[in-house]
Amino acid sequence: MAQHKVNYSQDGGLPVALTSIDKIVNWGRSNSIWALTYGLACCGIEMMASGASRFDFDRYGTIFRASPRQADVMIVAGTLTKKHAEFIKRLYDQMTEPRWVISMGSCANTGGMFNTYATVQGCDRVIPVDLYLPGCAPRPETLQYGVMLLQKKIRANKAGNAQKPKRLM
Amino acid sequence: MRAYTPKDDVQAKAYYTDRYYVAPQVPKQEVETDEVFAADLAALKTKFDVKEAFIQMKQMIVYINANDIYGVLEFLRDELTYTQLSEMSAIDWLAKDNTFEIFYQMLSMTKRKRLRIKFFINNGDAVDSVESLFRCADWSEREMFDMFGIEANNHPFMKRILLPYDWQGNPLLKTYPLEGDEFAAWYEVDKIYGKEARDVIGPEIRDTARVDRYDSERFARLGFEVPKGTKITGNEEPNKQDYQEEGGVFLVKKFTKDASKIIDDPQR
Repeated sequence: MAQHKVNYSQDGGLPVALTSIDKIVNWGRSNSIWALTYGLACCGIEMMASGASRFDFDRYGTIFRASPRQADVMIVAGTLTKKHAEFIKRLYDQMTEPRWVISMGSCANTGGMFNTYATVQGCDRVIPVDLYLPGCAPRPETLQYGVMLLQKKIRANKAGNAQKPKRLM
Repeated sequence: MRAYTPKDDVQAKAYYTDRYYVAPQVPKQEVETDEVFAADLAALKTKFDVKEAFIQMKQMIVYINANDIYGVLEFLRDELTYTQLSEMSAIDWLAKDNTFEIFYQMLSMTKRKRLRIKFFINNGDAVDSVESLFRCADWSEREMFDMFGIEANNHPFMKRILLPYDWQGNPLLKTYPLEGDEFAAWYEVDKIYGKEARDVIGPEIRDTARVDRYDSERFARLGFEVPKGTKITGNEEPNKQDYQEEGGVFLVKKFTKDASKIIDDPQR
């Protein structure tokens, strides 16, 4: 029989923690933000670096998934071209709610230096964005800080309520 | 209905243009100065009509008739060892005389020479495809079609290569604005949400020096950001930038600088 080292004289004598449903659900959600692999340009390199061992996204429970159906957050890392705009919308629609979007870098925020006919001037023209990260490209620390702010945002909301529909229109 | 604005000259004009300015050109040499090129040109002249030929930057440029292009490239490849087509595309001379100049850059590995075949076509005319001679011409001709709207006869798959199939306009034409025409500006909105969404989403913001005065009220005061509509008195509480809530988070330990050990010895 296992020898449980439980101190029954503390915490009311039971190995039980009391909390609210909100807290436990938000704890689970905010610490397992699975991200969609969505490197569109050079920001994707920084996103990969954030996921690799030096910066180590796994510490936050952020694991990159190659399917939108398994992902909670879409990190739009790079230049969104007009040809690709319909696909980012399709992938966003395939993600299950609750879902979040991080727009990473100048190109995804505003079109950046690509003031041309072929670039979408900000990915928020196509999908709703929760968090904008400045930089060209943002360092992995910026992306880490962004994910922590997203965790903060998730914890600030009630978990029981369905996510308010975030639509452009 | 929107008022029609002429789109012939939509690119920004230079502030000052010299009427008598002539762009400097690289000096041209006679073909006879290079014996390899002279022999090639003589062989070419026996079978095809050569309009003009000269040497520039150690490369021979030969102007031919548009109808001869397939035969010329076949002759160059099979007889004169110009076995590689490095590049081909078009130059827009529509404003000057309503023509396109088409060029084919050839390379001979054995002679170590580069040669350029050129000809003019009128606007709206097609060129003969050389895809069956050089496999690389497949994508080059599709790109030329994409960017200039010049079709290639006998091409196996004459469709756009870079831009989406439903795109309108040819971006490398001199009359095409860099920031796109109206079709390009609304492309993603029209395609995903429909034309009725234009009013909701709004036009593209392309002014890089644009200042939103509300931004300067709310966000420009770094560390002292306030909600919209707040009267700024100058005595705002600092907006603490923190990655985690003050009271701690359920089941998550907060990293505190004081409790951590700082290694200040680089030779540790």
